[in-house]
Amino acid sequence: MAAFETPPLGEYPVIPPVREGAMAHSKPFVAKPDLQKPLGFPGELVPDWEKVAVTKLGELVSQSRALQVFLDSCVKCGACTDKCHYYLGTSDPKNMPVARQDLLRSVYRRYYTFAGKHFPKLVGARDMTKDVLDDWYSYFHQCSQCRRCSVFCPYGIDTAEISMAARDIMDSVGLGQKYSNEIIGKVHKVGNNLGLPGPALRDTLDGLEEDVKEATGADVRFPLDEKGAEVLLVTPSADFFAEPHVDGLIGYAKVFHAAGISWTLSTHASEAANFSLFIGNHDNLQKVAERIREAALELGVKRIVVGECGHAWRVAYSFWNTLIGPFDFLDPRYPAPQHICEVTYDLIRRGALTLDKSANADKVVTFHDSCNVSRGARMGDVPGGQFLIPREIIRACVERFVDMAPETIGEATFCCGGGGGLLTDDLLELRVKGALPRMQALQQVVEEHGVNYLAAICAICKSQFTKVLPYYKHPMDMIGSVHGLVSNAIVFNRR
Amino acid sequence: MSALTVLYALLFYCAAATLVVGVARKCWVYARTPQPLKIPIPPAPTTRRGVVLRLLMEVVLFRSLFRSNKWIWLFGWLFHVALLAVLARHLRYFTEPVWAWVALIQPFGLYAGFAMLAGLGGLWARRFLVDRVRYISSPSDHLMLALLAAIAASGLAMKYLAHTDIVALKAFFLGLMAFDWQPLPADPALLVHLALVAALMIVFPVSKLLHAPGVFFSPSLNQVDDARERRHTAGWSAKIVHVDRARGG
Repeated sequence: MAAFETPPLGEYPVIPPVREGAMAHSKPFVAKPDLQKPLGFPGELVPDWEKVAVTKLGELVSQSRALQVFLDSCVKCGACTDKCHYYLGTSDPKNMPVARQDLLRSVYRRYYTFAGKHFPKLVGARDMTKDVLDDWYSYFHQCSQCRRCSVFCPYGIDTAEISMAARDIMDSVGLGQKYSNEIIGKVHKVGNNLGLPGPALRDTLDGLEEDVKEATGADVRFPLDEKGAEVLLVTPSADFFAEPHVDGLIGYAKVFHAAGISWTLSTHASEAANFSLFIGNHDNLQKVAERIREAALELGVKRIVVGECGHAWRVAYSFWNTLIGPFDFLDPRYPAPQHICEVTYDLIRRGALTLDKSANADKVVTFHDSCNVSRGARMGDVPGGQFLIPREIIRACVERFVDMAPETIGEATFCCGGGGGLLTDDLLELRVKGALPRMQALQQVVEEHGVNYLAAICAICKSQFTKVLPYYKHPMDMIGSVHGLVSNAIVFNRR
Repeated sequence: MSALTVLYALLFYCAAATLVVGVARKCWVYARTPQPLKIPIPPAPTTRRGVVLRLLMEVVLFRSLFRSNKWIWLFGWLFHVALLAVLARHLRYFTEPVWAWVALIQPFGLYAGFAMLAGLGGLWARRFLVDRVRYISSPSDHLMLALLAAIAASGLAMKYLAHTDIVALKAFFLGLMAFDWQPLPADPALLVHLALVAALMIVFPVSKLLHAPGVFFSPSLNQVDDARERRHTAGWSAKIVHVDRARGG
């Protein structure tokens, strides 16, 4: 990998001038044939791929009102041009959302619109060529599908939908991304992103039980495949071992323990993540989600609860009812599915948890709203619950909490820089540069309020920050789980 | 009947048909295309009423654009509101007797002509002055602004520089609508103005002007945020079948 410089943090955020081609060299490793095949994609670039790609594009557009409307409606007003963290961090104009969309829109126009068929130069329509495909591969893998741009678009044009379609088309002609497709393959084969088999998982959970016993003296259980449990917990597999993720898992277990809710994990569905979202392929999306339904039915649970994972919560909240519903086999008194933060928040409100803030007295905490939770889902029963609930949990667990600048949180939150299937070391330069706007906002609260803990509810955010924080001169362990804070603060009452 | 009158009469019939059929066809395609998944973008309302309110705020006030960029909002909103006033003012050429409210807004319609030009000027300046917007502008984006500006300018020219016979003009349009053709005054400014308006009507359904119907069909704006409460299915997602095996016990 070429050396790169971490972008400097100024006193205030700036919109950089356009530098054409600044990130043209950035592209992820291509998936080898053995990674493509299990997902139903051709192993390598098919002969006649131009035609296949154009046909696939037409199919996708005819199956999605979103694509139809989004490809037609852009007026090139420029409102989105300074909204993408990758543009702000790299200055490459093809990272402006409208320009990224135009990579695909130009081809759509050429083959599917009157103006593009007859006056291509006039409307910027382009033939599907190898150069175009290379541009697609590079720049549709510089989009984390965070949807920030669409919040600011007067027509709600969602670049994520377009980047997902482009990746689906690339997969369909045999050009897949190694990172995402390898992971999806592991979920199909083993049941989770890490390829962690059942016995290893049981081992890990036993270890956690011992650790918690040692630290608290309490018999907090980490059940696996227990039939008849009330709750099936589906969580990102990173929670099973890596710091700071595992602190979150310990937190969930303590919450269930304190509330007396019986719960279980499942080896069959030992993964909340569904990377099929990132590659825009609905067959894989449905198939990966179906495991959750199967596990819930097999274990006979009453509720499904999802752990701290951003895109998983988007898939769960927004798509599960469509993909694997109806959930008529679950207890109708609870939302299906439910976020672990909703569970914890509900218990806090009912006074069912005892939390000791002094356990986190050393921390000044801020909260990073993860893009997929903020803009792809919701929590609770009012709009904006996804912003309120995690903050209320944190406030109940810590003495000092401050928010970052308002234009960088809530529905306008900046992506961590590693979402959307980009959390791979072959895209490290992009990840570091894309983290710039978040790091800028973080720097401000560090300087003004002495913030030393960045809480998040997404496995990708946590991994990404662990990696990029040091580039911006912050300690890597500054990032942590919201339920890590809960885990510290929770006190078990003797019954 | 002069050849000019026949030419313009036919031109306007063609333009009107292209506009209506073209936009109706696009709306039909948008309406018929399924949206298989729920993708509302926040702040997403949880009720249909909320969605109606949201769309109204977007269409009337350009709310998202306001949050996004004050300059684009200022010029864009100014242009669109002025265009609406100008169009309303032009209703007097198509109604007899002229509706009271149309008579009332005539003076505002005139100011609106200038406001329209100012808005277009601002938007066009951004295409040259802001490097990011310059980068994303195609020839067609400039042409569209040129077309709209030329329509506004030729219209104002008839008011302030070279008057045309608006009584005859009105007779021409009322005649077109009744299929009883009347002669069109052969003033250059008028002919230019009308030709450009016809051109705009013709390109509408094949250009980015489709944002006008498109905004109402945009799933990210018009979907209700109720994915957990109501099972949404459409297109491929309506064909999902679960093979629930009774596994284990």
